[in-house]
Amino acid sequence: MLIKGRTGEWETVIGLEVHAQIVSEAKLFSGAATAFGAEPNTQVSPVDAAFPGMLPVINRHCVEQAVKTGLGLDAEVNFVSVFDRKNYFYPDLPAGYQISQYLQPVVGHGRVVLDMPDGRTREIGITRLHLEQDAGKSLHDQHPNLTFVDLNRAGIGLMEIVSEPDLRSAEEAGLYLRKLRSILRYLGTCDGNMEEGSLRCDANVSVRRPGEPYGTRCEIKNLNSVRYVMQAIAYEAQRQIELIEEGGQVVQQTRLFDVGRGVTRPMRSKEEAHDYRYFPDPDLLPLVLDPAWVEQLRAGLPELPDTKKARFISSLGLSPDDATVLVAEQATALFFEQVATGRDPKMAANWVTGDLFAALNRLGIGIEQSPVSPSQLGGLIDLIADGTISGRLAKDVFVEMIATGADPATIVENKGLRQVTDEGAIAAAVDAVLAAQVDKVAEYRSGRDKLYGFFVGQVMRATQGKANPTLVNDLLKKKLTG
Amino acid sequence: MSDWPAALTALSLAEARDGLARREFSARELTENYIAVVEVVRPLNAFITETPDQALAMAKAADERLARAEGRPLDGIPIAVKDLFCTKGVLTTAGSHILDGFHPPYESTVTEKLWQAGAVMLGKANLDEFAMGSSSTTSYYGPVENPWRRRPNGRAGDNRPVVAGGSSGGSAAAVAAHAAMAATGTDTGGSIRQPASFCGIVGLKPTYGRCSRWGVVAYASSLDHPGPMTRTVRDAAIMLRAMAGHDLKDSTSAPLPVPDYEAGLTGEIRGMRIGVPREYRVEQMPGEIEALWQQGVDWLREAGADPVEISLPHTKYALPAYYIIAPAEASSNLARYDGVRFGLRVGAASLDEMYELTRAAGFGAEVRRRVLIGTFVLSAGYYDAYYLKAQRVRALVARDFAKAFEEVDAILVPTAPSAAFAIGDNTDDSIAMYLNDVFTVPANLAGLPAISVPAGLSADGLPLGLQIIGRAFDEEGILRVAQVLESAAEFRHLPAFIAGKT
Repeated sequence: MLIKGRTGEWETVIGLEVHAQIVSEAKLFSGAATAFGAEPNTQVSPVDAAFPGMLPVINRHCVEQAVKTGLGLDAEVNFVSVFDRKNYFYPDLPAGYQISQYLQPVVGHGRVVLDMPDGRTREIGITRLHLEQDAGKSLHDQHPNLTFVDLNRAGIGLMEIVSEPDLRSAEEAGLYLRKLRSILRYLGTCDGNMEEGSLRCDANVSVRRPGEPYGTRCEIKNLNSVRYVMQAIAYEAQRQIELIEEGGQVVQQTRLFDVGRGVTRPMRSKEEAHDYRYFPDPDLLPLVLDPAWVEQLRAGLPELPDTKKARFISSLGLSPDDATVLVAEQATALFFEQVATGRDPKMAANWVTGDLFAALNRLGIGIEQSPVSPSQLGGLIDLIADGTISGRLAKDVFVEMIATGADPATIVENKGLRQVTDEGAIAAAVDAVLAAQVDKVAEYRSGRDKLYGFFVGQVMRATQGKANPTLVNDLLKKKLTG
Repeated sequence: MSDWPAALTALSLAEARDGLARREFSARELTENYIAVVEVVRPLNAFITETPDQALAMAKAADERLARAEGRPLDGIPIAVKDLFCTKGVLTTAGSHILDGFHPPYESTVTEKLWQAGAVMLGKANLDEFAMGSSSTTSYYGPVENPWRRRPNGRAGDNRPVVAGGSSGGSAAAVAAHAAMAATGTDTGGSIRQPASFCGIVGLKPTYGRCSRWGVVAYASSLDHPGPMTRTVRDAAIMLRAMAGHDLKDSTSAPLPVPDYEAGLTGEIRGMRIGVPREYRVEQMPGEIEALWQQGVDWLREAGADPVEISLPHTKYALPAYYIIAPAEASSNLARYDGVRFGLRVGAASLDEMYELTRAAGFGAEVRRRVLIGTFVLSAGYYDAYYLKAQRVRALVARDFAKAFEEVDAILVPTAPSAAFAIGDNTDDSIAMYLNDVFTVPANLAGLPAISVPAGLSADGLPLGLQIIGRAFDEEGILRVAQVLESAAEFRHLPAFIAGKT
């Protein structure tokens, strides 16, 4: 997608670095707990606080999570990788270095497939995924002139997932992040919760004339929502375009996004950049993976969104739009599949993406907290399918189900909503309506076809909406013409 | 001091262990004697912290176990702990001002094993600051003095006190002066073997990975080796068995069983091939050291071994490589001393200023020098020329040894190129100081086990050691050769300053 500038068209080039907190009970190199929201400095081992003589020991589970993620991103898994030290001083980095992976990451090239709004797909390259420690948190707002440090987060395992500069707009960056988050959540390797900081993003942004080489990039640090990522990129691209069009030059620098004002501003320039003095961490041996173990992990991977979507389209006959919406969250896909099993998939999809999504949205809850279970929604669809209730009545029943959590059959029974399919009873109702509306019947028969709907409405009212609509139609037509 | 109770402190560890087992004396008696000697040798400045109350409590527990015939391998044996090992609740300084008031909430794996084996802690031994040095003169707590003195020889003798070597100089001085039965040391470039040589005791640097580094204040992680310092080879074997073993808390610890090293001291070395590397005949080496080395070769030949001249061609590059790799790792390892969480903090208005003032006040000159060198060699633009090249040299040094050990079973070389020098010498010449490590550094780079045994005296009466280097994890082999050397050398000399003498 091109941006129109004063002097012509511009293309935005974006690469994202995503820091995904690994789902793990313990930290990357210590046994300390990782739960979010604990009292400051209550989840800190002497290793995390970098006390003298303390040594890191790699958490096998975190490695497993990283490898699973690599496999889920269709990436190369490196059987030998190396942990390096990234050296810099900051109070929330207790050792004065972060253990990371520099030259030999655990995961190499992979890809993420975007589902574009026009129904096409677009492949975004993954450069690498590496394991590293999170830092603690500096708290600047606890004291007028002191900074406090909370080390609960220090040492928690992160996966840094670096994309190729393949993204071309803020919208694509948003799609990429959502898709990546979806994959991570399917894999259970990161909860993707951006509010709690489990997923954070740095964006490298540059602009160029279409077809020209890459421009100078700026890195926007620490974006913690998809919306901010998109806003920051859009602003930054515009800033760079205006700068160049006014005869200026983009300077390579690190910038921060000011959420309040919606602008990016410089943090440090290339000249002030740290020299991290990376070198292999002598406290840790190279990480060597057993190929058989990796294959075992591959075999145990869940069905991921792309595969699931393809299956929903090919075996269940869903539209690509419905399939895309249904697979975005694993919980939704699971819910849908439970509803669809043994039923009309298209109908199940309509109910889930229609009435159910609307209701959940209104209640502000996720599908996991849905007051209506998959089997209950399935039950409702069954009642429609076997003619117990009409599709229209089913909507009322569903509203009641959301409100009370009751089974559809119970609601239908208690409220006496069972559809009337007794031809005699409906015929009697039709006769009664026609007898009561002699004038209208005459008008209809003299050519006012529009009155037909009026008769249907009268019959339905007479039967409290329970009359089988097909039968009503058949009988009305027969009696009006007959 | 005719009533000085020297008999007990003169015993070797093995003798004391047997005496305790036979209940000839109690752990309490032995410990009380040692506590008294620790006080007497205070002028040597071998200890930073004395822990007599803890020692007596540990001795009491040992006596109770001995009384129940539940004695453990080191029950009641009083030892000194290099103040680089973290000891739970006991001040741990690494010889540095920057660790002021640091009482670790944990016990290092090696010392924990020693206490589990029944050993008694007399105190924390002085050392070069952060183990950086070859003289034990860079400690914030002052220099260690060697209990040995140059022999007055009629000439205008230099009677200045001499260094104990370093960095484990406090440990070596304490063991030599009979102020500890044994001690723990650490050896990054020779820090166990060189002070052992200077103080006339046995110092064993085990294979890298044999003794856990967990809880040992790090200097250069890939080169740091904890190990024992004792008066006899047998004692070293006993200590090593208690200190060694796989530790899940140290990722570089070797998952191997620990042999009964003492049982391996058969005295039998007939047919063993002993390598004598020609590259260790360095130009400036004093004749007496060259002669002692030849004497060692002869002793081993007489015991039935087969000396073979070998080549370790990259030896001369080992020392420069060491003085790049060790500072590089140190510059990173010492970044944690920032005044934020423990130890010294010099308050300031800004964060950067707090770092600068704290580290300037907390680190001594030698530590600052190595942090600067290390930071430099890891910097962008210099990494390849220095750090990376040094790592290649390291691989070549290791390959030299691997090739040699296809031909020979052990290698015999001098421990140090000189005897102990006077305190104050070499301090303004870093290169001269670093040259002390020329014979010890290669085994650190290669991670191989090596032991120094007292083998003779210099012309002015200071001890000289010989070193045996072995195959990886063949501590049994070098201990066996070392014991043969020890018997042949019949090193019975005692230092000037020792319990029982004045």
